[in-house]
Amino acid sequence: MDSAWIALGLTLKVAGWATALNLLLGVGIGFAMARWRFPGRDAVDAVLTLPMVMPPTVLGYYLLVLIGTHGPIGAWLLNRFGIRMIFTWQAAVIAAAVVSFPLVFKSARAAFENVDPQLEEAARILGLREVAIFFRVSLPLAWRGILAGLLLSFARALGEFGATLMVAGSIPGKTQTLSIAVYEAVQAGQDDTANFLVLVTSLACVCVLLTAGRLVPGHVSPRR
Amino acid sequence: MLWDIDIAKRLHHGATAFQLDVRFVSDSPRLVLFGPSGAGKTQTLKILAGIVRPDRGRIAIAGRTLFDGDNGVDLSPQDRRLAYVFQDYALFPHLTVRQNIAFAHHRGWRNPGRHHRDETVERWIGTLHLGAIADHHPHQISGGQRQRTALARALVINPTALLLDEPFAALDRPLRERLREELAELQLSLKIPMMLITHDEDDRRALGDEVICIQSGHLIADPSAALTAS
Repeated sequence: MDSAWIALGLTLKVAGWATALNLLLGVGIGFAMARWRFPGRDAVDAVLTLPMVMPPTVLGYYLLVLIGTHGPIGAWLLNRFGIRMIFTWQAAVIAAAVVSFPLVFKSARAAFENVDPQLEEAARILGLREVAIFFRVSLPLAWRGILAGLLLSFARALGEFGATLMVAGSIPGKTQTLSIAVYEAVQAGQDDTANFLVLVTSLACVCVLLTAGRLVPGHVSPRR
Repeated sequence: MLWDIDIAKRLHHGATAFQLDVRFVSDSPRLVLFGPSGAGKTQTLKILAGIVRPDRGRIAIAGRTLFDGDNGVDLSPQDRRLAYVFQDYALFPHLTVRQNIAFAHHRGWRNPGRHHRDETVERWIGTLHLGAIADHHPHQISGGQRQRTALARALVINPTALLLDEPFAALDRPLRERLREELAELQLSLKIPMMLITHDEDDRRALGDEVICIQSGHLIADPSAALTAS
């Protein structure tokens, strides 16, 4: 059953990094989309939301085309830095991040849109610069909504299968995350392993939900 | 001249367009911009504060040029050093009264701590009688207390002028009268030029040494005409 713990550790690592990446990108882009009106904003929003509705294997294929050794990004990485992305845990991180990005992005955008712009105007008139306003007014008032999105995103990243399989494969210890490990075990008829993996995964999901319940009690409102 | 204002802006309310044209000079320390709802009062104040940019014009308050379209002067709202009180006060809901007031005194990326004490802030809390509720949050205090908190927060930056957007609109009558007097006294003791926008006759009478009437984006001469607006 050692392989199960290895798979759990790897899954947590991949999901953790993917969520951290989405925190930066999702919050940044969510804020920009909430505050900045530009022609084509709805179209950009639709494109950024696409990974949420696309079949994961299709997404995985797109990623493979991009970061594979013959793809535009993959070739550049290989030639410039000697890095081969495919079949590494980093590729698994990218797959998980892309797939769960819309969850953070949409929550962040909605959360920032719910912050009264007058508060930011008041802060400006009081003399604060834009970055300070973001950290002292916008973000504190939006963080509950962002957190809800982050937790959903983490849960999604934990369970990522299709896209991960495409770009990272199923290498035990390196890229074989929990959901892939379950699949492999069932395919190979290793029921005991499969049962154990499913148990571990289910417990992990319950833990995430419990943490979510404690960190985000009730609804997004200014104060209790 | 304390107030030297000349601004024009084309505003759009959905399909309809609205031309704002406000031009006046005044030496009065207590100016009231008076007119019915929709006349353009709030927009004018926002332009003075720098959060809305006029199409052209010039803004000089208390000897400082804040905006000059012809000469490329456009101070950001951060640099205009004006005290602005919003109609619904715009207090930061996640901060206490004390933290709200101390807000402008901290320039970094972190808000003032709850237990942080600052002499100037404490002085304002005393002057505006906010001591009892200084550690409360905005949703826990009354309308009158919120208004005073908004005032203290705006005044803490040592502004060159005070701008108020219908400061008593959200309050009931007896409270309004009391706070009008308090505001009048405060302005007198601080000697800060003050501009107040309102559609209320009593506000105008109590606080306007000079009254500028506005209707449909333009200044008008006859005060009573503003009241019979459609």
